[in-house]
Amino acid sequence: MSETKYTAADYKSGQPRWCPGCGDHAFLNSFHKALAELGVPPHEIAVISGIGCSSRLPYYMNTYGMHTIHGRAAAIATGAKVANPNLTIWQISGDGDGLAIGGNHFIHAIRRNVDINIVLLNNRIYGLTKGQYSPTSARGFVSKSSPYGTVEDPFRPAELCFGARGRFFARCAAVDGGPSVEVLKAAARHKGTSVVEVLQNCVIFNDGTHDAVAKKEDRERNAIYLEHGKPMLFGPNKEFGLMQEGFGLKVVKLGENGITEKDILVHDAHCEDHTLQLKLALMEGPDFPIALGVIRDVDAPTYEEAVEAQIEEVSAKKKYHTFAELLETNDTWEIK
Amino acid sequence: MAEEMIVKELDEVVVRFSGDSGDGMQLAGNMFSNISATEGNDISTFPDYPADIRAPQGSLTGVSGFQVHIGAGKVYTPGDKCDVLVAMNPAALKTQYKFCKPQAVIIIDSDSFTKRDLEKAKFTLENPFSELGIKNEVVSAAITTMCKESLKDSGLDNKSILRTKNMFALGLVCWLFHRDVKVGEKILREKFAKKPEIAEANVKVLYDGYHFGENTHASVSMSYTVPSKAQKEPGKYMDINGNKATAYGLMAAAEKAGLQLYLGSYPITPATDILHELAKHKSLGVKTVQCEDEIAGCASAVGASFAGALAVTTTSGPGICLKSEAMNLAVITELPLVIVDVQRGGPSTGLPTKSEQTDLLQVLFGRNGESPMPVVAASSPTDCFDAAYLACKIALEHMTPVVLLTDAYIANGSAAWRLPDLNTYPSICPPYVKPEMADSWTPFQRDPQTGVRYWATPGIPGFMHRIGGLEKSNETGAISTEPENHFLMTKLRAEKVEKIADSLPPLTVEGDPDADLLIVGFGGTYGHLHSAMDQLNAMGKKTALAHFRVINPLPKNTAEVLRKYKTIVVAEQNMGQLAGYLRMKVEGIHLHQFNQVKGQPFVVKELVEAFSQLF
Repeated sequence: MSETKYTAADYKSGQPRWCPGCGDHAFLNSFHKALAELGVPPHEIAVISGIGCSSRLPYYMNTYGMHTIHGRAAAIATGAKVANPNLTIWQISGDGDGLAIGGNHFIHAIRRNVDINIVLLNNRIYGLTKGQYSPTSARGFVSKSSPYGTVEDPFRPAELCFGARGRFFARCAAVDGGPSVEVLKAAARHKGTSVVEVLQNCVIFNDGTHDAVAKKEDRERNAIYLEHGKPMLFGPNKEFGLMQEGFGLKVVKLGENGITEKDILVHDAHCEDHTLQLKLALMEGPDFPIALGVIRDVDAPTYEEAVEAQIEEVSAKKKYHTFAELLETNDTWEIK
Repeated sequence: MAEEMIVKELDEVVVRFSGDSGDGMQLAGNMFSNISATEGNDISTFPDYPADIRAPQGSLTGVSGFQVHIGAGKVYTPGDKCDVLVAMNPAALKTQYKFCKPQAVIIIDSDSFTKRDLEKAKFTLENPFSELGIKNEVVSAAITTMCKESLKDSGLDNKSILRTKNMFALGLVCWLFHRDVKVGEKILREKFAKKPEIAEANVKVLYDGYHFGENTHASVSMSYTVPSKAQKEPGKYMDINGNKATAYGLMAAAEKAGLQLYLGSYPITPATDILHELAKHKSLGVKTVQCEDEIAGCASAVGASFAGALAVTTTSGPGICLKSEAMNLAVITELPLVIVDVQRGGPSTGLPTKSEQTDLLQVLFGRNGESPMPVVAASSPTDCFDAAYLACKIALEHMTPVVLLTDAYIANGSAAWRLPDLNTYPSICPPYVKPEMADSWTPFQRDPQTGVRYWATPGIPGFMHRIGGLEKSNETGAISTEPENHFLMTKLRAEKVEKIADSLPPLTVEGDPDADLLIVGFGGTYGHLHSAMDQLNAMGKKTALAHFRVINPLPKNTAEVLRKYKTIVVAEQNMGQLAGYLRMKVEGIHLHQFNQVKGQPFVVKELVEAFSQLF
């Protein structure tokens, strides 16, 4: 990495055309800031997106970028990373792009553990096609394509990620700048596929979908910021905490029933076993706080490194390294 | 010593080995082909596998065949019908007899013709020969018994002993054609180098088969030689099938271009062997990713291309359907990409192991929007190498996706191939951006001569840019929906592909320069069409052949050639796709058509009969 110091402006290009008030604007600011703080030179970054409102993002980056086709960003990012492992690759997808049409590529990129950073901007709606339910819309959700409410259950992105053996999962609210920057930096530093679910509002077609975490005071009440090694406390005065109960979790109030901070679970993002991390990721209101921050961050060999290592290993063993040498490995006969 | 027998010299001969899937007929056929090639014959082979992986033993669906055509001069096809049929069981006899010439010699393992074997092959009479009306000369050898006897002290188990039967048959065929059985021994010792006892047993049985022929004259009236008359170019040769040659062509092009070869693929018959081959050669730096689906195979290749690799995806027709959207992304982003389509029978899943040329219009036009894409078609197993090399060269130098069409027939068929010297191949020079361009460069700035945009790969400072599936301004590279710009970009993309013809050789016409009939074809039918032309000329009917190697863009002299001939027949293994395309591209021509969609290679005899009717 170069010594040059970068500012957010070094990563900016163009004028975003998202609707005023769209959560994508706030996320883009956090993204520029995170990249500047990471200090990766813009020419070593490729931002690859699919199709959807959020997938317009590469045009607002002064990096290499590719705005591709619907759902395929993870596959395209995989090819780019395998071909050039020196690139830092960000994949920008929405909930439709990443989990519906691109669901297959999403889970397989995670399973392979390609070192790409997948940002999933989840507004639980199709915005660009003007308001149809998405695979993260709640059962019963009324939209143009479900005028009487949907009759299907949504995906929970964390569950899908963990089911695909995901090693990094984090969550932030698009409007929550500081923690978003931290989560993006952690995703970049993690080697292997990182999934960041960004809770993002769509002012036009699904306004208020993430109201529970829209304002600072809402987040104090309805969310918990998880930090590795720190007790799981939340609430305006950190008066609530999480404890394990049987196979599940429960919310407790400090001081009640003799509960002290010592009884509260301490977050372990590095734990290989994802059982508790998944429980944290799946928490939702009104009974539980929504988990924000880095929920899981476990090291594992990356795909592209394994590809390179195998090439080195096999090359050391084999006696042919050029095309002419390869030809000579065949059974041949000579005509004079 | 038996009495002297007649030895007849032949210009060419076709041998078909057939038996149960487990009888090792592919190996026997391959070895016979290699032994003959070593003696200087030209060769062409075609394996005919059953569709089932493990059909019941002795059943009609479990028969596996391998046809070898050897010639004193050049041979262009594996041959229509065979002069010798080896049938290791009744099922093979029943299903393969139709490939016999009237005078063909049939060799059978008489031990495999018990009542039960006949029942499995659904014979109703006790004598299968009379049931099939076979009047040919039949060499009936108790192969199983003789193998068991020969190897009774070898220490091998019964199963291993029975697996040497194919070598007995091969030995017998070697005797019949005066082949040097020592070459076979050498091949076996190399093949089973790690299992010397198996090598020993196979070698012993190979000689047993040969000696059996020598001692008994196999009760045939004569034996044959096929001398080497062809003036083959001196050099080292190997036997290669089309899929392997394709893989080799891709690796050669990557090395020549100084690029890493990236393959994104998903297993599909009959293309998978290209993935298998490339996956082996990591010591050449080849990266292969077996993707989650066909779409990802192509999409990941587009990503690898964006990142600066020579990117390839391999598939067959059904895979092209799935890859089309990502192929189109490479069209609009103007990124190099090679898409290999090993055609098989369709539509839908169709005939997965059989061969057709039915994807031509799909690869030319099967995408949304105006989507010009170069199409190259390989004409033979060995030509797959040159065609793959050419496809890579066009893709990299003209910044475009290119389709390479092969088919199941040439992908699995093999022929003798002179090891190429890469130094004699043209260079491959992609239009990379130069540092001094940084200040004024935009993503769709083009070389004025070729209309090709410049390639800036991620990692280069000063060339950060965004490309994608949306239409872009020709001038700035930013998203543009401006009507005139879209029209201009549409034309520029088409012109770029048309201009590729400037650097391609013209369409050549083979055969009689004053021909009364011009045969037109493309791809894997070359050998059959060429043979048909030769036969017609030998009959005194003046015939020529124009075979297309690049179908988009058409060679610049296409119209000139087609307008020169009074009678033209376009022969293809589809319902007239090339004929229709040529009519669209060249006004005022009248084309006859010969179309066949059977999943099988053309039969030269049928071609000659049909073409003779036209003039």
